[in-house]
Amino acid sequence: MDTPAAAAHEAHAAHPRESFIRHYIFSLDHKTIGKQYYFVTLFMAIVGGSLAMLMRAHLASPERGILDPGTYLQAATMHGTVMIFFFLTTILTGAFGNVLIPLMIGAGDMAFPFLNMLSFWTFFPSVLILLASFFVPGGPAGNGWTSYAPLSAVPQASPGSGLGQTLWAVAILILMISSLFGSLNFLTTIINMRARGLSMGRLPLTIWGIFITAILALLSFPVLMAALTMLLFDRTAGTSFFIPSGLLVGGQIVPHNGGEALLWQHLFWFFGHPEVYILILGPMGIVSDVISTFSRKPIFGYTAMVLSLAAIGFLSFLVWGHHMFVSGMNPVLGATFTISTMIIAIPSAIKTFNWLTTLWQARIQFTTALLFAVGFVSLFVTGGLSGIFLAASPVDLYFHDTYFVVAHFHFVMAAAALFAIFAGTYYWFPKMFGRMMNEPLGKIHFVLTFLGIYGTFYPMHFLGTHGMSRRLYTPSTYPFLASVQPLDIFISGAAFVLGAAQLIFIFNFFSSMLRGPRAERNPWHANTLEWTADSPPPHGNWPEPPVVYRWPYDYSVPGAAEDYLPQTVPAAPAYASGHGGGEQ
Amino acid sequence: MTTGAADARERGDLTARWSGGRSPWDLSWGKLMMWLFLISDAMTFAALLVGLWVARLGSPAWPNRLEIMNLQFVAAMTVILICSSTTMALAVYAARQGARRQAVWFLTATIAAGCLFAGMQATEWSHFIREGARLTGNPWGVPAFSFTFFVITGLHGAHVLGGIVYLWIMADRIARGLSSAEGLEIAGLYWGFVDLVWVFIWSSIYLL
Repeated sequence: MDTPAAAAHEAHAAHPRESFIRHYIFSLDHKTIGKQYYFVTLFMAIVGGSLAMLMRAHLASPERGILDPGTYLQAATMHGTVMIFFFLTTILTGAFGNVLIPLMIGAGDMAFPFLNMLSFWTFFPSVLILLASFFVPGGPAGNGWTSYAPLSAVPQASPGSGLGQTLWAVAILILMISSLFGSLNFLTTIINMRARGLSMGRLPLTIWGIFITAILALLSFPVLMAALTMLLFDRTAGTSFFIPSGLLVGGQIVPHNGGEALLWQHLFWFFGHPEVYILILGPMGIVSDVISTFSRKPIFGYTAMVLSLAAIGFLSFLVWGHHMFVSGMNPVLGATFTISTMIIAIPSAIKTFNWLTTLWQARIQFTTALLFAVGFVSLFVTGGLSGIFLAASPVDLYFHDTYFVVAHFHFVMAAAALFAIFAGTYYWFPKMFGRMMNEPLGKIHFVLTFLGIYGTFYPMHFLGTHGMSRRLYTPSTYPFLASVQPLDIFISGAAFVLGAAQLIFIFNFFSSMLRGPRAERNPWHANTLEWTADSPPPHGNWPEPPVVYRWPYDYSVPGAAEDYLPQTVPAAPAYASGHGGGEQ
Repeated sequence: MTTGAADARERGDLTARWSGGRSPWDLSWGKLMMWLFLISDAMTFAALLVGLWVARLGSPAWPNRLEIMNLQFVAAMTVILICSSTTMALAVYAARQGARRQAVWFLTATIAAGCLFAGMQATEWSHFIREGARLTGNPWGVPAFSFTFFVITGLHGAHVLGGIVYLWIMADRIARGLSSAEGLEIAGLYWGFVDLVWVFIWSSIYLL
C-alpha cells in the first residue's frame, strides 16, 4: 500500500455510521455531493426555464405588454445566466463529474473530499445571492448574460444595472471559486487515483470529456474572476477599467475616465468561448458511452475521439474574437479568427462521424438514454452547421445579435448539452439512486422534448435572416418584422410544449426515486467500472479497489459468451468467455 | 543500439507510470493540486496585467515612475522577497533532513521577510495615497495609472498576507511534528509563486 492511490483508498475505506448532518448535508461522499449538486441545479433549471416561458409569453403578443421593457431584459439576462452558469456548467461538473469520476476510474472517493464538500458549500451561497438579486430594488441584472461594459459597469447606465448587477458579479465570482475547487479535485483524482490497469488509453470517454473540461475551467475561469474583480471595482470603488473617457449617461458625463470598454469583451470571451466547450465536451463523452453501450458495439475511433476532444479544447482558447466581429476589429484579425473557428469543424465532424459509425449496422437497444444521445447528435449537427455561417466574419456582420445566433447556440450548446444531461440521467439513474426510471414516460418525454426543441429553435433561423434583433422587446411594431409575427406565435406554442414536457421528466425523476423498481448492479450490461459497484454504491464504493484488464468498449467480442466484457474481466483467453465483477 | 534500448526502456517506463494504480509523476495529490492551483492563479494575474497594459497602451501618456516612486525602495522590497524564497528552500531542505528546529528557524526568517515586504508595501501605499493617488484618479495624469497599481499590488499583497498565515501554520505544525517535509514543500511552492509573480508585477508597474 505504498502508492498514493492505494493509500487514499485505504484512508477512505473506513466509514463509520454518520449522523444525519454528516451524511446528507456536510457529506464528504462524492456521490452525496453529486446528488446535492443535481438537486440544486435541477431547481435552477426550473427557475431558468420559467423565465424562458415568461419571455415566450411576452413575445407571442408583445403589444399586450405582459412584461415591461426592463423586466423583459432582466428575464433574458437571468435566463442566460441561470442556465449557463448555474444549470449546465454546474450539473455537468458538479453533479455528473462528482458522481462519475471516482466510480468510473475505480477510486473510493475524490483526492480531497473536504475540498469537494467545500466546493458545494461555496456554490450554494452563490445560488442564494443570485436568487436574492430578484428581490432587491431595481431587480436583477438586465444587461445580458455577457454583461457588456460600460452598461454593466455604470450603475445608472440602465435599469438593470443597479444592485442586481453587483450581486450578479458577486454570485458568479463565488461560483468560479467553487468551480476552481471542483476542477482541482477532478484533475488530481483522474491523474493520480485511477485503478490499477486503468491507463489513460482505457479511460471511458465520459471521463476524458470531464478531464478536458476541468483543464479548460482551470485556465479560463480565473480570467473571468479577474474581469469580475475589475467590474466590481468599477461599480463600487470608482475605478474605470471598463469605462471610457467622456461617457454620457442620461445627459451627464460620468466622472470615470481612461478605461477601455472592449477590454471586458476580450476578457469575457477569452473565458466565454472555453466556457461553451466546458458545456459540450462532457456531454460528448456521455453521449459516446451511451451510444456505445446501447449499440452493443465498441465506440468507433476511440483514439480519434480523445484527440478531437483535446483539439477542440485547445482551439477553444484561440477563437474568442469570433464573438467580436462587429466590435471594430481589424479585418485581418477577423479573418484569423474566422479561420481558427472554422478549424473546429474538423474535430467536431470527426466526432459526429464516429458516433454515426458506431450506430451503423448495430443491434440498437432503443432505450430513453439512447434516444436522447442520438437526439444530441442531431441537435449538434443542426447547430454546428449554422455555426459555420456565423464563423465567417462577412456573414456574421449581418447575422450578429439576431435570432439566427439565438437559434445557433441553443441548438449546438444549450439543447445539445441538455439532451446529454437527460441521456446521462436516464442512464446513470439506477447507479445514483438504486432504482430504475420509467421507460415509457421517458420516451414520451423524449418525443415531446425533441419536437419542442426543433419547433422552438428552428424557426428562429428565419427570424434571424429577417433581421430580428435578439433582445428586441416589441418586434411586431417594426413593419419589416410584421410578416414574421405568426412565426413568433408558433415558437411560443412550441416552447410551452417543451416546457410542459419537462414536468413529465420531473415527475418521472422523483416518483422513480421513491417508488421505481429496484435496479440491479448492471442493468444495461455495460462495461465501465461503476457497474461493478452496488446500486447505489456505499460510501467508499468497493470493498476492494477494482483491477482493470481491458478498455471499456469490449461489446460483442467474437467468441465471448455475453455481448459485453466488463473492464474487470481478465484478458487471459481462459476467462474471455466468463463473467467479471459485473455479475450478481 | 544502446539508445534504442534506452528509448524502449523509457517507453516501457512511461506506460507503467500511466497505467493506473499509482501517481504517474510520483506526486502526492496535495502537491499536484498545488501545482494546478498555481497555474490557475497565474491566469488571474495574467488577466489583470493584460488589463494594465490595455489601459496603458490606450492612454495618451503614462506618468514617469522615476519622478513619483522611490525605485530604490521598491528594488529593496524585491530583493527581500527573493531572499525569502531562499530561506524557504532552506527550510524545506532542513525539514527533509529531519532537522525540525532548523526548519522552523528558516521558516521564521521567511515569515519575517514576508512581513517586512508587506510592511514596505503598506509604506509605499500610504506614501502614494498621501500624494493624492486614489482608485478614482491621481495628480499625475490618467486614472488608470493609480487604480491598476492599487488593484494589482493589492491582490499580490493579499497573496503575501495569506502566505504569511499559511507559513505560520506550517511552522507551528513542523514544530509540533504534525507536518511532513512534503507538506512544507507544498507551502514552498506557493511562496515561490508569490515571489515569481511579483517579478512580473514589478517589471510591469515600476520598470517598464
